[in-house]
Amino acid sequence: MNGFARFRRRFLRHRAAVAGLVVLVLMALAAPLVGAALGLDATQVDLFGRYAPPGGGHLLGTDEAGRDVLMRLLYGGQVSLAVGLAAALGAALIGTSVGLLAGTRGGRVDALLMRTTDAVIALPVLPLLIVLAAVDLTRLGVPAGSAQSEEAALLRIVSVIALVGWTTVARLVRAGALSVRTRDYVRAAEALGASRLRVAMRHVLPNVVAPVVVATTLAAGNLILLESVLSFLGLGIQPPVPSWGNMLSNAQETIARAPALALWPGACIFATVIALNFLGDGLQDALDPRAAAD
Amino acid sequence: MVAWLAGRLLQSFVVLAVMSFVIYAMIGLMPGDPVDIMIAADPRLAPEDAARLRALYGLDLPIGERYLNWLGTALSGDLGYSLTYNRPVLEILLPRLANTLLLLVIAALLAISVAVTAGIVAALRPRGIVDAAINLACFAGISVPPFWLALVLIIVFAVTLGWLPAGGMGEAGAPWSERAAYLVLPVATLTAASLAAYTRLARSAMIEALRQDWIRTARAKGAGPARVVAFHALRNAMLPLVTIIALDFGTLFSGALITETMFGWLGMGKLIYDSILGNDFNTALVALLFATGVVLVANVLADIAYAALDPRISYRPQEAAR
Repeated sequence: MNGFARFRRRFLRHRAAVAGLVVLVLMALAAPLVGAALGLDATQVDLFGRYAPPGGGHLLGTDEAGRDVLMRLLYGGQVSLAVGLAAALGAALIGTSVGLLAGTRGGRVDALLMRTTDAVIALPVLPLLIVLAAVDLTRLGVPAGSAQSEEAALLRIVSVIALVGWTTVARLVRAGALSVRTRDYVRAAEALGASRLRVAMRHVLPNVVAPVVVATTLAAGNLILLESVLSFLGLGIQPPVPSWGNMLSNAQETIARAPALALWPGACIFATVIALNFLGDGLQDALDPRAAAD
Repeated sequence: MVAWLAGRLLQSFVVLAVMSFVIYAMIGLMPGDPVDIMIAADPRLAPEDAARLRALYGLDLPIGERYLNWLGTALSGDLGYSLTYNRPVLEILLPRLANTLLLLVIAALLAISVAVTAGIVAALRPRGIVDAAINLACFAGISVPPFWLALVLIIVFAVTLGWLPAGGMGEAGAPWSERAAYLVLPVATLTAASLAAYTRLARSAMIEALRQDWIRTARAKGAGPARVVAFHALRNAMLPLVTIIALDFGTLFSGALITETMFGWLGMGKLIYDSILGNDFNTALVALLFATGVVLVANVLADIAYAALDPRISYRPQEAAR
């Protein structure tokens, strides 16, 4: 049986992971489909229809500006998912580079990079990220117009959360690099004059792809949580772009009048993050070469 | 041992020094410096006045020079004033630190004791039905947004049932029993944030420990199941658990920021958040430095505890630098 068929069979046996994948795909695709089917969009304000109860034209009712809650949830989900995945990929890239550099160079470079990794893991990251998210980009020479644009805001939140998500990948890749470096075929390659870069790319990377994929999936879940926290605190994705975090921030103020508004976005974050965690667990089982070869 | 400890302390000191510069530089990039705030308060100030004030306070110097000036003053014991409270920052900070530590210590102890219990129960029959249930609960626990959990707890226990206060810390002079009610929801939120992760650790550490040869030996010599678990396995399982949990202090502190903000608990996390949003940058700077320092000290203590607990650990410097 070839590798992919075995991977697929093992993955499909992990029912929670399959369910997680289905939830994620639905979450990613639902917004335009449901919007087209119901003829609604996420930004239509109706000040005469504020806090409408569920039912009628709005399946989950309307919020404090009369906007359809379901549509805002679905579009907010697209934003949160995209931000989380982009940040996880960015973090994987940082982590892989750091890990490869540390693991193939060794010596002082390795010590410096790994002590830095330890420090990032140990530090109280949320207070530091809050400061970073509040930094005035115009003071760094970014023109005022583009510093305040929606794209800049999204790029900023992606970079800010990517800065904390890379440590696990860095450690995994470094460990992989160290264990590969002593193998005979790598020594042979080095003896034949292969450069460090070539050894890293041809021999180390393929060996660490599986754990990196798993770690990145799990990191995406954590980073979505982090994004929601920052958006909730008013320092992440800024309204009117909907995200689950900033929807909750509005809902907190109206909690006595409309508690349901505070329940839905949180339930969506919860469902997405647990789906990613199950998916990561399933991938781990399916990709782990040490698991029984059945 | 001494050399190892010195190396470890030096490393923490370097991290703190680097972080003090990073934090100082980031705070310098906040929207609005002190002169901007003065201009906002007094519209008669002309742009020339602003430039003169900047020169007077040394705000026009390069960042490195400004940092060294600030560091010199800070090391001489002058940490400056809080803009919001018009009092020395330290006077504001220390009671807040005590409030945060109270929250953190209770939550950490609670999370560890529940996690170890759940981890043992799960490890006794891996892949059994109880293990599966605990595993599912752990997945839920690591996936729930902490601020949303706080909101749900407020909706259920404060708004709907009315059993507990939705926030605040109680009257300063009130008896301890009354003030304890204000602790329940924040502690529950903060505990939940770490409980799931700790339980998974405890479970895998216990399974690993129960697999060892000395467990078989103990069983063969007639030790009962309770004795094997409580005495032989748990002691060994606690080692990795203690280190990882102690190194998790930074995460716990991040959780405290969310919890304190949600429940109006007057701790360090809320102080940092409020002072950044309120342009009280000196308070934010000092509070962030203190938070970093406290976390680094906790990490060093964890390392020492680990080294002291485990006779197999070597203190040679090259080992410590690994």
